[in-house]
Amino acid sequence: MLNNKWFACATLALAAVATGCSSTGDKNANGTAEAVKPTTTSQGSAAAAPSGKTSVTTPAATQSIVYFDFDSSDLKPESKDVVAAWAKYLTANPTAKAQLQGNTDERGTREYNLALGERRSAAVSSALQSAGVAASQLELTSNGEEKPVALGHDEASWSQNRRVEIVGQ
Amino acid sequence: MTKFSSILLVLLLIAGSARAELEISVSGGTIRAQPIAVVPFRQGPSEPADVAAIVAADLSRSGQFLSLARSDMKGFDPLPTSEAQVDYRTWRALGQEALVIGNVQALPGGGAKTVAELYDVFRTQKILTVEATATRPTEWRSMAHKVADQIYEKLTGTRGVFDTRIAYITSTQASGRRQFKLIWADADGENPREIARSFEPLLSPSWSPDGKRIAYVTFEGGRSKIIIQTPATGDYVTFLGEKGINSAPAWTPDGTRLVVTLSFQKNSDLYVIDLATRSRRRLTDSFAIDTAPTVSPDGRTVAFLSDRSGSAQVYTMSIDGGEARRLTFEGRRNEQPRFSPDGKTLALVNYDTSGYRIGLVDVATGVMRLVSSGPLDEGPSFAPNSAVVIYTRQGTAGAELATVSTDGSVRQRLRHTGDVREPAWAPYAKP
Repeated sequence: MLNNKWFACATLALAAVATGCSSTGDKNANGTAEAVKPTTTSQGSAAAAPSGKTSVTTPAATQSIVYFDFDSSDLKPESKDVVAAWAKYLTANPTAKAQLQGNTDERGTREYNLALGERRSAAVSSALQSAGVAASQLELTSNGEEKPVALGHDEASWSQNRRVEIVGQ
Repeated sequence: MTKFSSILLVLLLIAGSARAELEISVSGGTIRAQPIAVVPFRQGPSEPADVAAIVAADLSRSGQFLSLARSDMKGFDPLPTSEAQVDYRTWRALGQEALVIGNVQALPGGGAKTVAELYDVFRTQKILTVEATATRPTEWRSMAHKVADQIYEKLTGTRGVFDTRIAYITSTQASGRRQFKLIWADADGENPREIARSFEPLLSPSWSPDGKRIAYVTFEGGRSKIIIQTPATGDYVTFLGEKGINSAPAWTPDGTRLVVTLSFQKNSDLYVIDLATRSRRRLTDSFAIDTAPTVSPDGRTVAFLSDRSGSAQVYTMSIDGGEARRLTFEGRRNEQPRFSPDGKTLALVNYDTSGYRIGLVDVATGVMRLVSSGPLDEGPSFAPNSAVVIYTRQGTAGAELATVSTDGSVRQRLRHTGDVREPAWAPYAKP
């Protein structure tokens, strides 16, 4: 069931972005520990689970990042588990909220990337809502290319920076 | 220019620079630099500035002139400070084509008046007398730049931009955190003054047409906001802080409105905001990303980036609304358009197999020329004379600024100790 909604959502996102969705050599899903380390802002709040009373807790930081291809906001199949984990948490805790922080790599102009980061947040938001999360639980923000986690000027770094971080509030 | 003269030039620039925050070098010109001798002006010792040294450094930095080093002026006793003392044959023997002499008269209260004269060494005649004044010690450098601007204009036919200012954003590590500063400095990198600092990103500085205010984007508090600030006083207002994105401020030429990107109604669209009433009008309403607006100098046209065709391209439309027309078709993507102050050219960021490069589009013909080598160039901003574009490039030690003359003949690199980017060349100061 979740799968169907997932792919419906991915298709919608694809329709909005006609640019390429090449899946060549993206190694994000099993990125290095260093690359997965969230930024200071997100780490603090992601680790601190809200004082909810239910048994479903905030997913771990390693289960809170959705990666993207260059100039794409299409969700990739390997992001399914991250979305499922957060959907489970947020539907079990209807008062809990999450911030979806969109990020891009350094390529392209800063103003475009700010908008692209938001579009990526929106893609994750759609996927979560398709899985039953209320829109009111989600806040979309974008950092554009301003908050990279990897500072190199190559695909190894860029692939780590094209991401949405899901941060429990 | 030869390698030797480039080295000489760098030394000269360092010598003329006391508190420069940016290290500027001319990184290559395809034209022959004209030899010019700027003789030390007659002025008192230990005054606020060596006016002739600043003039000489300005002219050399343009890449179009090669100022004679003072160490090569030793044969003159005395060095000329009046027309009667000008010995054309000797300057010609030194290979000089132009000669500048001058007098600086210090005034009570720390001001000064400079009178300089420009001579054509081959035609053996005075071709220009320049006057410039300062009302306090901190204006001496500006006075020197005004002298250089007039000499430059006389010899090239193009208005100079030495007495102008550039805003840019630096990013440095400070006690383990990344700190961002919006700086405002003279065009030679001197006299840097801080407009804003934050541990959150700053971006998109944009000068008001009178050069008195600057709009920019801050992430202070974790979300984008548009600030309008008066650098001279430090006064600022948070102009826009809507839900979602608040970015890409662009002034209308009359200074009464800003065109901005807001996303509170679903995704990034352009809005025209009246500064006095804060009333807003939605300019674009597409499912695509619309951002990075720039307003033509006649105030009628907005050029902007949209990916409504599937990839980012530049479109134009009336500032009153209506249909958008696609302007760019070359390369895979085109982003961040900026009108030249004379309205004839649109600078943009073109993406193709060589990466991101600065392109110049002739507005009348639509023909694009690429003027930078990439691969990660962005952020073009025109000098107020429309003859030079400054932009951000990725250097070996991080982000740095670069300039290129619009004919591609002269290039500069401007380096900072940290990353420096997002340059915004201020308009000419209004008297």
